[in-house]
Amino acid sequence: MPLFGVEATFWALLGPFVAAALSPFLAKTLKHNAAWLLAVIPALAFLQFLSIVPGIAEGQTFKASLEWVPTFNVNFSIYLDGLSVLFALLISGIGTLITLYAGGYLKGHENLGQFLSYLFLFMGAMLGVVVADNVITLFVYWELTSITSFLLIGFDHLRRASRRSAVQALVVTGGGGLALMAGLILAGYQGGSFELSELLNSGDVLRESPYYTAIFILVVLGAFTKSAQFPFHFWLPNAMEAPTPVSAYLHSATMVKAGVYLLMRMHPVLGDTELWMTVLPIFGGITLLVGTILGIRQTDLKLVLAYTTVASLGLLVMLTGTSDPVAIQGAVIYLFAHSLFKGSLFMVVGTVDHESGTRDLNRVGGLFSLMPITGTAAVLSALSMAGLPPLVGFVAKEVLYDGTWHAVNGGLWTGFAVLGNAMMFALAATVAIKPFFGAKVKTPKVAHEGTVLLVAGSITLAVLGLAAGAFIASVGHQLLSPMTSAILGTPFDEELHLFPTYLSPALYLSLATIALGIIIFMYMDKLRVIVADALRTIGWGPDKGFDQVLEVIIRFATALTQTVQTGSMVTYMRATFTVIALVLFVPMILTGNWPKLQGIGSFYAYEWFIAAIAVIGVYAVLTARYRVTAIVLLGIQGFAVALIYLLFGAPDLAFTQFMVETLSVVILALVMTRLNLKPTDARSSRGKVFDISLSVLCGAGISMLLMSIIQLPFDPTLSEFFTQYSRTIAHGRNIVNVILVDFRGFDTIGEISVVMVTGLAVLALIRVRPKSNGNSNSEKNR
Amino acid sequence: MNTLIFRTVAPYLSALMMLFSVFVLLRGHNEPGGGFIGGLIAVSAFAIYGIACGVSAVRRAMKFHPMSIAASGLLLAVVSVLPSLFFSQPAMTSQWLALPFLGTVIDLSTPLFFDIGVYLVVVGAISSIALSLEERAD
Repeated sequence: MPLFGVEATFWALLGPFVAAALSPFLAKTLKHNAAWLLAVIPALAFLQFLSIVPGIAEGQTFKASLEWVPTFNVNFSIYLDGLSVLFALLISGIGTLITLYAGGYLKGHENLGQFLSYLFLFMGAMLGVVVADNVITLFVYWELTSITSFLLIGFDHLRRASRRSAVQALVVTGGGGLALMAGLILAGYQGGSFELSELLNSGDVLRESPYYTAIFILVVLGAFTKSAQFPFHFWLPNAMEAPTPVSAYLHSATMVKAGVYLLMRMHPVLGDTELWMTVLPIFGGITLLVGTILGIRQTDLKLVLAYTTVASLGLLVMLTGTSDPVAIQGAVIYLFAHSLFKGSLFMVVGTVDHESGTRDLNRVGGLFSLMPITGTAAVLSALSMAGLPPLVGFVAKEVLYDGTWHAVNGGLWTGFAVLGNAMMFALAATVAIKPFFGAKVKTPKVAHEGTVLLVAGSITLAVLGLAAGAFIASVGHQLLSPMTSAILGTPFDEELHLFPTYLSPALYLSLATIALGIIIFMYMDKLRVIVADALRTIGWGPDKGFDQVLEVIIRFATALTQTVQTGSMVTYMRATFTVIALVLFVPMILTGNWPKLQGIGSFYAYEWFIAAIAVIGVYAVLTARYRVTAIVLLGIQGFAVALIYLLFGAPDLAFTQFMVETLSVVILALVMTRLNLKPTDARSSRGKVFDISLSVLCGAGISMLLMSIIQLPFDPTLSEFFTQYSRTIAHGRNIVNVILVDFRGFDTIGEISVVMVTGLAVLALIRVRPKSNGNSNSEKNR
Repeated sequence: MNTLIFRTVAPYLSALMMLFSVFVLLRGHNEPGGGFIGGLIAVSAFAIYGIACGVSAVRRAMKFHPMSIAASGLLLAVVSVLPSLFFSQPAMTSQWLALPFLGTVIDLSTPLFFDIGVYLVVVGAISSIALSLEERAD
């Protein structure tokens, strides 16, 4: 594969996974300095995506594809347009900085290598999500982001809260992922292609399809769960249990935006309908307000940021939902700005926490003189978050107000936006002012500026936010407008200005936001008490609801298991064999296709002899007095069968049969000695009669089935194929082996995986020791 | 069962069986044999050794945890599927390499490695089951 050009994107996609494999080893030898080396990989990926930008800005799009499962239209294909490239730049660029930051933040941590490994796995997955063209490829990467997010949230797995949050995030986003898969496949069939790039042109077909509503609901479910939209917003603040680099990267700058990405990606196909323009803005708007209100209540700086992230995601969904070109341009600028300032602010809070020992906003203060660089980053980023000039956040807010003002139902959406932004202004002020200015507060640790690794990321992102504001015209032309065009499906290029060129309604709205924000900031402490009281009065939220749902499911499962699993082996065996007998006889009775008894008399003498050995073996089993004797005797019958295989020219089969018989005898004997069974048979005589009839029925049924099968006309196609090609294609004379390792090799992979899993399961079962008191093995402490 | 004769013979018997299992594994592509059967023979060898000399002796002889052997076998089998991708062929297309060695020709192939993987999985997983059962029987 070439090292330059569009095809090289495949290398950029592979890079993070390579870094993930290298991380544990490098971290072992280089400690935290491994971050410097490893950061090169995402940096190279960043350069690769940057090299595509000029082409994209000219309106080109790029595609590349590798065959994966062509039979089912599943390809490993990528599609690069304005939307995917900007996302890829954010992921790889911020990823580079986060790698450095993680090295500093977890300096000296024994599992640093593992952490970096998870982080890179996530990075690879996330890059895959945004550049994937094929919907199945997209889905696989999408799920991988959920799984890596689970691993990262649960990184500190010894703490119960971490485990709970990790499971919660996985259940919510993974559940949404399933809905998304159904939605994408449905869309693929309706639109006639599994490639997004082709699907994008069949918007009219999909919008008029009878399945439009179904596709819409499924895709939106996937997006809402991932992007923490109300009522699924609860998992995101809980995910703050993860180490701060994770929060900065996954839960603000990248992963949680995957849902927004998806909505933007699907906008040309699913957008611009009444359903879209109602559901999305309403839920987005509610999320915006819920997020900011819950944010006001928090005193933990990280949680304040988490809730404002929820709010920002709501704002993005709302803007995307308006389907108005200017509003979407606003969403694009805001998304870009948000990734910069929120990533930076999270890193700032992490550094404050790391250096001062707390991130409670009542216990920090006046840190600016001690941590000037971190403080500068905080101030710049907070200005961008508050939407003040000359930062890129200001431009975002101007454009988005302009968009909502002119959109359908614009008054309502503008109201949501102003209210939400005002609260965000207040929260931004809190995050920047509280820790760094005012009277010095005694912190648990004596605070000082963080190491280079710790401060590099936040200050870089903060300065980028300033630079993007200063050069907004060219950033807009190169990066932002192409993305807007991709979302709209039609070219869009309006020049952006840092300062408004005329007195538009947007400017007045901005001023109103700032005024309102200052008021909220002044009464922040009072508001916090009010919100806390209100929440205490309600006393229920989706977070609690999640626990309740889980509990109901677990109770149901316990009840069901206790009903079905009686713990009696005899019952299990009887149930299993009764079903086998039914499966064998019911079709024969219903269709009347009984096998003809023929060919029994034409046995050779030695065949009768072997059959007699088998029968004697079975008789001996039945009359044996001890179980171990019976087991050994069972082997006789098995060996007789193996002999028959041998006589009919199946040496491989016979060979295997011999070994399986031997080993089953050994293993069964071992199992039997383990179980504390009564020496005599405890079954009642009625039970014995039932078991005898059942076994006779099963035996007769299997024999009759085999007889029916050999009486069917034999189709030699396959065996002829194997005989003919075994030597020429697979270079082997033993057809059985060639089938196993070559022709049907994928089956064998499945089989050995089953053998492997069975081994693990048996091992686990053997290790379970019954508890001395009671027989409850259920692990309550998850 | 734990007679002196059995205890004396068992190590030699299991060593021979191990050798035989490898022989069966390697001839598999052309003659009766292969990874599954070879693996089962090797497990029997371990079982005999274990019955005669105790589980800890078997574990020492195996060096690695049986499940690690099984896992590396699975990995080997899956990896042997990939080389054809480098020649722009579908995964699992067998690749052959004929190596002249001391006057004869050795056929190295991806199916061979695949079969070795199968062998290791069978050996690891089944002996792991057998050994842990024997251990608890002690």
